[in-house]
Amino acid sequence: MSVKTYDSLSQIQNDLAVGAVTCRGLVEHYLRRIEENRHLNVFVAVYAEEALRRADEVDARRQEGKAGRLAGMVIGIKDVLSYTGHGVQAGSRILDGFTAQFTATAVQRVIDEDAIVIGRQNCDEFAMGSSNENSAFGPVRNAADTDRVPGGSSGGSAVAVQAGLCLASLGSDTGGSVRQPAAFCGVVGLKPTYARVSRWGLIAYASSFDCIGPITRSVEDAALLLEVMAGPDEFDSTVSRNEVPAYHALLKENRPLRIGYLREGVESEGVDADIRQKTREALDALQALGHTVEPVDFPLLQHVLPTYYILTTAEASSNLSRFDGVRYGYRSPNATDLESLYKKSRTEGFGDEVRRRILLGTFALSASYYDAYYTKAQQVRRLIKDATDALFAGYDLIATPVTPTTAFRIGEKASDPLQMYLADIFTVQANVAGCPAISVPNGTDRTGLPIGFQLMAAPFREADLLSVAGRLRQRQEVPA
Amino acid sequence: MKVDRETLQKIAHLARLEVRPEEEQPMIDSLNEVLTWMEQLNAVDTTGVEPLTHLSAERNVLREDVVGEQLPRGNALKNAPAKDDTYFQVPKVIE
Repeated sequence: MSVKTYDSLSQIQNDLAVGAVTCRGLVEHYLRRIEENRHLNVFVAVYAEEALRRADEVDARRQEGKAGRLAGMVIGIKDVLSYTGHGVQAGSRILDGFTAQFTATAVQRVIDEDAIVIGRQNCDEFAMGSSNENSAFGPVRNAADTDRVPGGSSGGSAVAVQAGLCLASLGSDTGGSVRQPAAFCGVVGLKPTYARVSRWGLIAYASSFDCIGPITRSVEDAALLLEVMAGPDEFDSTVSRNEVPAYHALLKENRPLRIGYLREGVESEGVDADIRQKTREALDALQALGHTVEPVDFPLLQHVLPTYYILTTAEASSNLSRFDGVRYGYRSPNATDLESLYKKSRTEGFGDEVRRRILLGTFALSASYYDAYYTKAQQVRRLIKDATDALFAGYDLIATPVTPTTAFRIGEKASDPLQMYLADIFTVQANVAGCPAISVPNGTDRTGLPIGFQLMAAPFREADLLSVAGRLRQRQEVPA
Repeated sequence: MKVDRETLQKIAHLARLEVRPEEEQPMIDSLNEVLTWMEQLNAVDTTGVEPLTHLSAERNVLREDVVGEQLPRGNALKNAPAKDDTYFQVPKVIE
């Protein structure tokens, strides 16, 4: 059966309803696409037989009129999400051969609604990176230009959606890891409010920043996936008990909002000229849709990245101490005693960037430097959060580009960690302040590389983000 | 210079990592570059600012303390690189 490229679950469900396609046909189609695109290095494991079996089950339930809300959705999951009985190794050698013994809550909830998991996707090791070059499985390639990075850390998850290897992906976003690759690949990436979605079963990088978020072709699919994944979970006590809005139904909301845009995003020389131009055009479009659009200043912007890197490396050094070669994962054959077992397993198991971040975090948490780095960054984090909350007293949404550049070449920034960190300048604020933010496609630069447009909202205001992003996306899809 | 050879080896030990001799200088340079960049936070006046330690507004969530079987022993041992029927195995610690 030949299957067309679908941009949203509603298109698929329309075709399922009239018998133009079946779940089995969809899975077969995506398996073929995955096979044809092996050179992109997206999937590190493909669950072909299982996905086909699940497809038959969902098709049977559809016949009985008992299918879940996500029936027809074929998804991939980033290699940091646990799925019982399946491998998960965070793109790291240190988890070689590891099999998950339980399923992440977010994954379980989409499966319970009849989504079909087709495989597990390549990413930067322990989600640390902005290019998907830090993976034990090798770099992922951007389908728009295979010499370029897809962004990171959810690079495989973004390319999977970009190249039509599945309809949607579940990624994770600690400093931009869903939104930045979505921008580089021309797809939609949503980072929910901190604590909106349970982190149970997500391999931790920096626990006070980590968020699971969807990568999709349409804003409506992002809304639907968030609605399914969000809400309290007895395995994660930090999850908000705030009621989960009907994000999908709320997409039709259309009240005029106050939108502020960061001056740096359209004026800074550090942002590519094409990106500044496209950002201005998106702002004009928002104005044309009836919203108020005004420039805002955020003087703490330059301090957001160092704050982020001090706190995330500190949290990572603590979170990753569990990988010691004793209970699971890689154990060095060169160990002679317990201490060398720890040291050699970790040294041989972790890649360069992960070791660099563990060392930075250990330094920031060490007795002599704790106050000067860690406490200081926690204080600045409060100032950033307070200043961000103050912005949202005057504006419903804050708009910026997602990234200062389009996708860079593989290898271009690999030897310069600081340059790599600066790629996250516009995305980290949402993580430092705990806000939701979305990346929507915003055309291409003069060489044809995708550009993203970011909207950020106050905590738990995802509905505003999604309805505005949805209209912006619709507007772009209508040919001029 | 914040990180020298001695500091590097000290934090590497704290992190239970080894830094091979040929990696020392590049790692020292890259750590110092990043740490110097991080120090721009010193320009921010944080007098009297309470450190932000967590972002979730949720209070402690309590539930009944009941015994459940979340991870049966067999599953817990499944991924171990060395084990017997009951325990993880490591090199001998006490002679």
